[in-house]
Amino acid sequence: MAASRLFWRTSGVKSSLTGLTGGVHSSLGLTLLKLYPDCTAKPKTQRRHAAHFTFHPDPVTTQYGPTQKMNLFQSVTSALDNTLASDPTAVIFGEDVAFGGVFRCTVGLRDKYGKDRVFNTPLCEQGIVGFGIGAAVAGATAIAEIQFADYIYPAFDQIVNEAAKYRYRSGNMFDCGKLTIRSPWGCVGHGSLYHSQSPEAFFAHCPGIKIVVPRGPVQAKGLLLSCIDDQNPCIFFEPKILYRAAVEQVPTEAYHIPLSQAEVLQEGSDLTLVAWGTQVHVMREVAAMAQEKLGVSCELIDLQTILPWDKETVCKSVVKTGRLLVSHEAPVTGGFAAEISSTVQVRSRSHESEIDQGLLPECVLCRRSVSSTWRLPSVGFVGMIRPSRTSLSPSTSQISGSASRPSSA
Amino acid sequence: MQNMLTVIANAFKGGAKINGAQTVSEGSRMVVSARSFADFTPQASFDIKRCDLHRLDEGPALQTVLTREDGLRYYRTMQTMRRMELKADQLYKQKIIRGFCHLYDGQEACAVGIEAGINPMDHVITAYRAHGYTYTRRVVPVKEIMAELTGRRGGVAKGKGGSMHMYAKNFYGGNGIVGAQVPLGAGVALACQYQGKNEVCVTLYGDGAANQGQIFESFNMAALWKLPCIFICENNKYGMGTSVERASASTDYYKRGDYIPGLRVDGMDVLGVREATRFAADFCRSGKGPILMELQTYRYHGHSMSDPGVSYRTREEIQEVRSKSDPISMLKDRMISSNMARVEEIKDIDAEIRTEIEEAAQFATSDPEPPLEELCNHIFYNDAPLEVRGTNPWTRLKSTS
Repeated sequence: MAASRLFWRTSGVKSSLTGLTGGVHSSLGLTLLKLYPDCTAKPKTQRRHAAHFTFHPDPVTTQYGPTQKMNLFQSVTSALDNTLASDPTAVIFGEDVAFGGVFRCTVGLRDKYGKDRVFNTPLCEQGIVGFGIGAAVAGATAIAEIQFADYIYPAFDQIVNEAAKYRYRSGNMFDCGKLTIRSPWGCVGHGSLYHSQSPEAFFAHCPGIKIVVPRGPVQAKGLLLSCIDDQNPCIFFEPKILYRAAVEQVPTEAYHIPLSQAEVLQEGSDLTLVAWGTQVHVMREVAAMAQEKLGVSCELIDLQTILPWDKETVCKSVVKTGRLLVSHEAPVTGGFAAEISSTVQVRSRSHESEIDQGLLPECVLCRRSVSSTWRLPSVGFVGMIRPSRTSLSPSTSQISGSASRPSSA
Repeated sequence: MQNMLTVIANAFKGGAKINGAQTVSEGSRMVVSARSFADFTPQASFDIKRCDLHRLDEGPALQTVLTREDGLRYYRTMQTMRRMELKADQLYKQKIIRGFCHLYDGQEACAVGIEAGINPMDHVITAYRAHGYTYTRRVVPVKEIMAELTGRRGGVAKGKGGSMHMYAKNFYGGNGIVGAQVPLGAGVALACQYQGKNEVCVTLYGDGAANQGQIFESFNMAALWKLPCIFICENNKYGMGTSVERASASTDYYKRGDYIPGLRVDGMDVLGVREATRFAADFCRSGKGPILMELQTYRYHGHSMSDPGVSYRTREEIQEVRSKSDPISMLKDRMISSNMARVEEIKDIDAEIRTEIEEAAQFATSDPEPPLEELCNHIFYNDAPLEVRGTNPWTRLKSTS
């Protein structure tokens, strides 16, 4: 059955319906529970399913000039080509980029622009990023490739302690804003421990860098060009499963898609879905299924920039729909959905005095009590914030970390 | 000897009375065979190429003695490894092995030579080209290694690790991240030193990993604390698709330890590797600290099964190494030319190994996958089972360890 297949992806799909096994208080919840006949709390025999999603291409865009059919790795090559052509200080380096890269993202660039601008590094991630920071500080537009996001950890110190903090600690005298780190990201089906990771949450904990994940070729080229031009060090994660699978009509000229702006892909009124990268396409399917089978109208948002993320768009949407579901490939605990859900909770709480009661967020899981203790939407597994009676300040609220049913007042 | 032969000949002549001429000729043929067996050389001495030395006054012995028994054992081990890797290649192409698969054929002399030079209680750690070491260390049925490749419950790691993650007693894997195993190896060496059991740790890495910063951190710690660690760089000339000249400022990997003494060894000669490992192990056991060995070797396959292996090197090059320096052929030629083995005997061994590998592949294909109840085990160590989310929010799996 399509719906159950969806949720039996071999990669971890995080959804906010975890609490369904605990008290369900709305008809929506009950309906959802019925949709999945195997929804019980006890472990059951799972059949093996292949990872499944269908790539949904964006409609052809005319605003950026003539377009050409490209897949994701070709759109990345195109962006890099545009950059090397227009910026004489631009250099691309990383493991195996010279012959074209293990995912063919840099094919043809060395021949076109020379071996002093597109060159291989030895096998040393910490060295690659450190070197990139230095090159950027000295004025080169440095585009470093880390061959798989799983290998980025030796460079973690350089990114977090050096790149992110350079501008701040030098009082704006120096910065490595011209650094962009590109890396294949996310599950691919056979990648196992070290070719499948989605480490965006590790880096989201660090102010000073930007993190971007595109959902397709058109977004990828525009966002990558924005990252390269951005005056801050950026990490650009490219969903590797989409390298060949995602094909769209991509503008051949350079164009920019703004960072830190989430895109509402589909408007809806009942539930806000937030995702990024490959998962956006899964959520598109979910939205279509929800509409068809449950009559639920979903609003789908592609977050695009993980850090700094577009809080306004997401919160505005949640205020409208009253329900939020965030889904990502990375592990649930400490995943970026936790950040989104807790921010939405805090923000929606602060709206209480301004917004008509009818628009206050209500969740499948909780009901708003008439008493002074608010039970706010538990939009993930993060738990609930119970503010004190008089104060809205988060510092005085209790946060309970339980993922199960809401407790009674 | 002569008396014995006469006795045998007489015995057959006795039988000949019944069957006539045919049996007599059988008897004489038998007598001829018995003569050849008794004529096998029990051992022979072979020259070994001199090793290049760094900060060492003298190196390993230039001559070594190989017994027939050892020779046949090394041959059998290397041939098993070779056939196992080729079978893995076949299974991968049939999509019975999934994921990634890094094959070791061509480098057999390294694993076998190292094992011959150390004791079973010594420790070994390597990177992801680990199938050979899993076999030499554990000396288990090949079927368990193949079952791990296919992800079945009969596998070395119970089918959960796969190609890159194989473990055995005193063999710490099987590690996916390049270079990350080297500090681990230094740590194991510290434990050896601390426990005072006169054991060493053999820490292997490749020419690609030789440029990782953590390798040099490990060198420093090992030298500072005189850890009994044998660092071995298996230089197969290519780090994935990058040749050593294009990756390293210095391709003298045996000198890269700087203050650590080093030697460069022909890694295609199993006897050379054995002597060098013995030399290195003695060095470490005597408390002189770590030592670095570079084994010059070659892999016939590409980096992994997704790499054809011919875009960065020529087929002629691969063919040349195969014909001139193949470790198995070299050992076989040595054994036969010094009359330590017969061609027929070698052929019999080959046939036995072929059968063994076929059976192992059969097992690896037919063994069931690990059950769902065991899928999430061993995440944490916990007394009560831990609940782990399955692939959707409504399934919970138990994790015990």
